[in-house]
Amino acid sequence: MTQVTLKLFASLSDYLPAAERVGNRVVVEVAPDATVAQLLDRFAVPAEQAKLVLRNGVYLAPEERATTRLADGDEIAVWPPVAGG
Amino acid sequence: MGYANRILRVNLTTGTCQAEPLNEKWAQLYLGSRGLASRYLVAEVDPKVDPLSPENKLIFATGPLTGTIASTGGRYTVVTKGPLTGAIACSNSGGFFGAELKFAGWDMIIFEGRAEKPVYLYVEDDQAELRDASELWGKSVWETEEWIKAKHQDPLIRVSSIGRAGENQVLFSCIVNDLHRAAGRSGVGAVMGSKHLKAVAVRGTKGVKVKDLKRFLEATNAAKQVLAINPVTSQGLPKYGTQVLMNVINEVGALPTRNMREVQFEGADAISGEAMHRPRPSDGKPQLVTNAACFGCTIACGRISKIDKNHFTVKNSPKYWGASGGLEYEAAWALGADTGVDDLEALQYANLLCNEQGMDPISFGSTVAAVMELYERGVLTAEQIGFPAPFGSAEALTKLAELTANGEGFGRDVGLGSKRLCEKYGHPELSMTVKGQEFPAYDPRGIQGMGLAYATSNRGACHLRGYTVASEILGIPEKTDPLTTEGKPELVKAFQDATGAFDSAGICVFTSFAWTVADIAPQLNAAIPGEWTPERLLEVGERVWNLERWFNTRAGFSAKDDTLPKRLLEEPASTGPAKGMVNRLGEMLPKYYEVRGWTADGVPKPETLARLGVDV
Repeated sequence: MTQVTLKLFASLSDYLPAAERVGNRVVVEVAPDATVAQLLDRFAVPAEQAKLVLRNGVYLAPEERATTRLADGDEIAVWPPVAGG
Repeated sequence: MGYANRILRVNLTTGTCQAEPLNEKWAQLYLGSRGLASRYLVAEVDPKVDPLSPENKLIFATGPLTGTIASTGGRYTVVTKGPLTGAIACSNSGGFFGAELKFAGWDMIIFEGRAEKPVYLYVEDDQAELRDASELWGKSVWETEEWIKAKHQDPLIRVSSIGRAGENQVLFSCIVNDLHRAAGRSGVGAVMGSKHLKAVAVRGTKGVKVKDLKRFLEATNAAKQVLAINPVTSQGLPKYGTQVLMNVINEVGALPTRNMREVQFEGADAISGEAMHRPRPSDGKPQLVTNAACFGCTIACGRISKIDKNHFTVKNSPKYWGASGGLEYEAAWALGADTGVDDLEALQYANLLCNEQGMDPISFGSTVAAVMELYERGVLTAEQIGFPAPFGSAEALTKLAELTANGEGFGRDVGLGSKRLCEKYGHPELSMTVKGQEFPAYDPRGIQGMGLAYATSNRGACHLRGYTVASEILGIPEKTDPLTTEGKPELVKAFQDATGAFDSAGICVFTSFAWTVADIAPQLNAAIPGEWTPERLLEVGERVWNLERWFNTRAGFSAKDDTLPKRLLEEPASTGPAKGMVNRLGEMLPKYYEVRGWTADGVPKPETLARLGVDV
C-alpha cells in the first residue's frame, strides 16, 4: 500500500475535493508503481497549471514528473505560476 | 522630458525652499530614483556622519518613468544614511505620492539641516513652503494625512509622513504614504523625525512630458502586454499577493522560524495567503477584502483586509475595523513564523499598528523574535518586559507593537532593533541581522544564494537587493538548485545589477517577474534623452551597486561585515530538504568579489570604478 499526501495551493485548491480545500491537502492511496504525473491526472490538475511541483520539498522538473514513482509517505505540493517578495 | 529637470532643496535649519536644475550628466549615468539620489547623497554627505544629526540629508526621489503611463510607474525612493545600519539606506515605496511629486514638477526633494520646531513641507506645483506642524507632532500617519487634507481643503493632496515611531526615532521606523504604502526599511523614518519633519504634502497638476509620445504609448503598451500574458503578473500576484509564498517557502524548508532557530513553521498554513481567503469561524468572512493597485500599476498585488472586530486586540477599538492595508508575505512572516505566532488576526493588528505609526514590520517582528528567545533563555524576565513573552504569544507580540509604536516601557528597547537590543542584554549572537538590519523571510540554509545576497546587500539583510529566490525556488527566469553554491556569485551579481536598473527607472521590481531590462529600454528611449539599451541599463545597475559600496566602504564597512549570524553558518537546518545544512557563504564570497571586480578584501578596484564611470 502506498499512501501519499497531495497538497494543492493557491487557485489549484479548486481541484481538491470540496471537504479537503481547507488545509489544501488530501491523503490518498495510490498504486505501488504510480507516478507523480498520474497522481496529478487523477485530480485533473492541468499540466500547464502545475508550474511548481515539490516532492518532499524538493523541486521536480516537468520532464521528471512522468517517470518519478511515488513512495509511501511522499508529500507532493503543487502551485500554479506564483511569485512574491 | 521624462524628467522634470528640476529638484527642490529644502533647508530645514533656515526654513528655505529653493529650486535648482537637475544634474543631467548624472541622470545619464545613474538614471533616477535610487541611483541618482545615491549620487547626490555621495556628493553631499560625509559617509561618517551621524545619521540622526543635521549633517545627514534625506532625499525623496522619483525616476524618469514615475508619473508616466508606464505600468507601475508610481514609485519613489527615500535615500539617506541609515540609522539602523550606518550604511547607505534606500527605501522604495509605491502608492500615489511619487507620481504626485512628479506632477508638481519635481524630480527630487533634498532635505538638509534640522528644523527647530516640527514642520511639514507643502508643495503645490511650483510653490513649496514649510509650515508649522506643532499640532501634528504626536499624531499617527493616518491622523496626519486626514489633518493635512482638511487643513488645505483638498482631498487630492498626497501625503508622505512619519508616525510616532519616527518621532521617537525608533531605529526601524519608516515613512508612510497613502496610509499604507511605505519606504519601509533601514529606519528612514527616524532620520525624518530627527529633522523634525513630520510630513511632505504634495499636489501636482502639471503632468509629465515624454520625448516622443507616440513611441512612448507604443512601448508602454507593448510592455503592459507582457505583464498581461504572464501568469505570475496577471493571475498569481493579483489573486494571492506576495502572501502566496508562505506555504511555498515553508515546504522548501526555508521559512525562518522562532528567531531563525528552525526552518519550518507548523503554523504556516494558518497565516498564509490561502488563509486570508478563508471565511473565519467567528464572522464567516475572510480577512482579505480585495486586491489593490498603486499608481499606474497593471499587476495590483496589494492587499486590502478587514480585521475580525471580535478579536481581543480590537474589540474595543472601532478605528481598526475598517478596510485597510493587509498582510504582505514579509510582514506576515516576521510577525508570525519568526515569533511563532499563528494567529492571523493578531498579525493583522500588529501590521495595522506598523502602518499607523510608521514601523517596518520586518525589523519589528524580527526584534520581537529575539526578545522571545531571550525570554525563553531566562535572560529577559516578565518583570523586565512587563509581561511573559514566550514564542507563540499573540498577546506579547501585539502588546510589544503598541509599546514600541508609542515609545513606552520595554517598547523603547525593542525600538533599538535586534542588534542593539541583543548587545544590551549580553547576547549579540542571537541577533539575526546583517550590518545591523534584520533578515526577511528566506532562510539562507535552504536557499544558498540568498545567503550571499544578504551578506553583500548594501543596506543590510534584505531580499530586495538581489532576489535570487526567483531563480532558486520559483524558476524565474531559470530554475537553479537552492541547495548548491555553484554559479551563485554570478547569479547574485546579475540580480543585484538588474534590480538597480529597475529601481532607478521609477518602476516596481515586481515587473521583473515578467520583464527583463529589454522591456524597460524601449520605454526609456521614448521618454528621456539618450540611447538606452539592455546592456546600458545593466551597467547603470552595476554602477549604482558600486557607488553604494563606495559610500559604505568610506563609512567604515569592510569584508568582515559581509557575513551572516553564526547561527546560519554553524547550526544546521533541522528539517526539510536542507536538513543538516548550513549556509556555505565562504564558498561563494571570494568568487563574488572576483566577478564584481573588487579586491579580495571586498573593495572596488580603481579600474572597476573607472570602467563603470563612478566619478567619485
